[in-house]
Amino acid sequence: MIISMGTVSFHNLYISLPGSGKSMVNYSPASPSLKSILNEYRDDDIIDIVRRAISGEELDRRDGIALFKSDNLFLIGATANELRRRSVGDTVTFVINRHINYTNVCVSKCAFCAYYREEGQPGAYTMSMSEIMKRIDDSSDLGITELHIVGSHHPDMPFEFYEDMIREIKSKYPDIHIQGFTAAEIRYFSDISGLSVREVIERLIKAGLGSIPGGGAEIFNEDLRKRICPNKVSGRGWIEVMQEAHRLGLKSNATMLFGHIETYEDRVDHLIRLREAQKETGGFQAFIPLPFHPKNTALLRDGLVDEDGPTGVDVLKTIAISRIMLNGYIDNIRAFWIMTGKKLAQISLHYGANDLDGTVIEERITHAAGGDTEEYLPVSSIVRMIREAGRTPAMRTTTHEILKVYDYVNSCD
Amino acid sequence: MTSIRSDIDQVVEKAVLKEPLTVEDGKALFETSNLLTLGMAADRLRKDACGDTVTFVIDRNINYTNICTSGCKFCAFYRKRNAADAYVLSVDEILEKIKEAVELGATQILLQGGLNPDLHLEYYEEILRKAREKFPGVQRHFFSPSEIHFMADVSGNSVKEVLARLKDAGLSSIPGGGAEILDDRVRKEVSPNKIGWRAWKDVMVTAHRMGIPTTATMVYGLLETIEERVRHIMRIREIQDETHGFTAFIPWSFQAGNTRLAEEFAERDMDPGGVDYLKMVAVSRILLDGAINNIQVSWVTQGVNVAQVALSYGANDFGGTMIEENVVKAAGAKIQYLPPEKIVRIIKAAGRPAARRDTLYRVIEEY
Repeated sequence: MIISMGTVSFHNLYISLPGSGKSMVNYSPASPSLKSILNEYRDDDIIDIVRRAISGEELDRRDGIALFKSDNLFLIGATANELRRRSVGDTVTFVINRHINYTNVCVSKCAFCAYYREEGQPGAYTMSMSEIMKRIDDSSDLGITELHIVGSHHPDMPFEFYEDMIREIKSKYPDIHIQGFTAAEIRYFSDISGLSVREVIERLIKAGLGSIPGGGAEIFNEDLRKRICPNKVSGRGWIEVMQEAHRLGLKSNATMLFGHIETYEDRVDHLIRLREAQKETGGFQAFIPLPFHPKNTALLRDGLVDEDGPTGVDVLKTIAISRIMLNGYIDNIRAFWIMTGKKLAQISLHYGANDLDGTVIEERITHAAGGDTEEYLPVSSIVRMIREAGRTPAMRTTTHEILKVYDYVNSCD
Repeated sequence: MTSIRSDIDQVVEKAVLKEPLTVEDGKALFETSNLLTLGMAADRLRKDACGDTVTFVIDRNINYTNICTSGCKFCAFYRKRNAADAYVLSVDEILEKIKEAVELGATQILLQGGLNPDLHLEYYEEILRKAREKFPGVQRHFFSPSEIHFMADVSGNSVKEVLARLKDAGLSSIPGGGAEILDDRVRKEVSPNKIGWRAWKDVMVTAHRMGIPTTATMVYGLLETIEERVRHIMRIREIQDETHGFTAFIPWSFQAGNTRLAEEFAERDMDPGGVDYLKMVAVSRILLDGAINNIQVSWVTQGVNVAQVALSYGANDFGGTMIEENVVKAAGAKIQYLPPEKIVRIIKAAGRPAARRDTLYRVIEEY
């Protein structure tokens, strides 16, 4: 019987390490809601994995794959939700940010990308410095604390263009944090300038770069990358750039593009490689699983994917398993509502996510691939979404310091 | 050992033991922040009540007119008689649309329209007769209670007489639209010219007693309180306990685009979120357990992804393919026809078996 407590006493069910015979002392006992779910599914195939995860054990590749193959969204979700509660509590953070996708002209031409254009092709654009500044000026009254600057691999722009871009923005807006240039772009800057990755990062830091966004990770599997992004930095190279940045004192995020032609094994390997990299340099502040949007991409044109992208269940499962696999190493699991949709992003707050990205003014990359979300969420909407999910909203900086907690119902601006 | 219970365990336990739930119980379910516990409970009740199979129907929504005297504030579809884009479909145009739907395998036509005083009972009867004659295999799921009530007003017949004539002309079942929130405080705010909740109930009870099955719906997010949501579901349950005529319950959220209600509350974000929707589905399952077996998701309003997730929150039906839909679309929802193979794929990706059904939820084909 469901939650019926007569026969099985789960009220005093403390999660214990298999074979150890003693209660865990590192963790508080499981919350009542988790206990009822563990009890309801006590005979499920993944219950042992779930118990180990909750006891704080690091899961291995086989465990991760078994979680992905399971259909038990409640058990996976409840585990992720519990680990989230224990590591970051009930606050859900967001940042007021603006995206600047400064160019779409790209030599990389990834098969999953609907955003890039070749030079001279209709729709190709590169923003001038004054266009970039105008965008920032136009939204300066929205309280933006972060600029998220991501472009492409432009064939002609010299490295100095990027350096100057950061420098000029910082000279006018010294207080705005610039999270700019994915590891793939940084590696590309190194290639075109003849500078080492380290020198590129040092010069960008000097110009005012604050941190590095998590894009360009896609899926680390090198064989798969040969099919979906052969001209881009390798998986190994991506991690090397990030670790170099971490060593130079920059924080970064990490992403995973899922739901195209990768396998569950690829996803788990991706998470584990990230976890291993984090053990070494510790600079990843947030992990952001990104559901693939197939419209207008070569993968769809070539018939390698269908037109739908990952389903809602898959998105929630992937967010939850990310939380579980990265537990203890990366505390912030972010729902990027632009790609998941607002409703699913809100739901994912119960499946391990603790951050709703941001106001995201003017995002172009997902929308080129048929993303039908809005282009901007006002703070009041984000606050409402978080509250409606039963959690406490808080505005954060790019580096996850809390700026303001919205703990009273009327304080929504 | 003292019991540590999550806030909703007691309510859920009562539900499982088939004890009647109170309005307070219903409110506690809505107010929980333990979304997954709520979902798990609803999921278990769903499994016990109707198994794992998720059903859907191949259907088309046809709207015979958008001219409507009701002028509900939440509606973006209606037009005044003299509006440039006001329309009335001829019987032949409707038959042509049915024909297109039949070619795509439709077994159900949902026909609804505005409250248009220029149309007479004979028009509705003619649609039914000709549809039955030309497409006998297609179920005629026509006319919501407010339309039937309006037909009675315009024609000077009783609701019962109108229903008898429509049934005689070929009416198979009645869609549950126009329920919105079954509470007259809310209705006076958002749809003052539409029938009150008792009149809605009277049409449904009369239809059920005449052997005409119906669905029941709920549109939430119309400035109602949580208690009013619970009462709505309870009222549906009371009717069902009396007549057993409801085949399914279908909740969805108010779609604000292009509506007067959204204009009046311009500074407010009117769109209830995904968590609210999952709660709505789960609470519907729990409060209607033992009374209405089929809880339908609304992919049209929530998007396919959230609808798929709702299959784990107590829903067992994916609704229809929606070869055509106009009303929600007018409020800004982005809707595209979902072919059966896509629906099957979505259901299976949720780990559930899929089956095509007819309007009465009888399985036609398993996948």
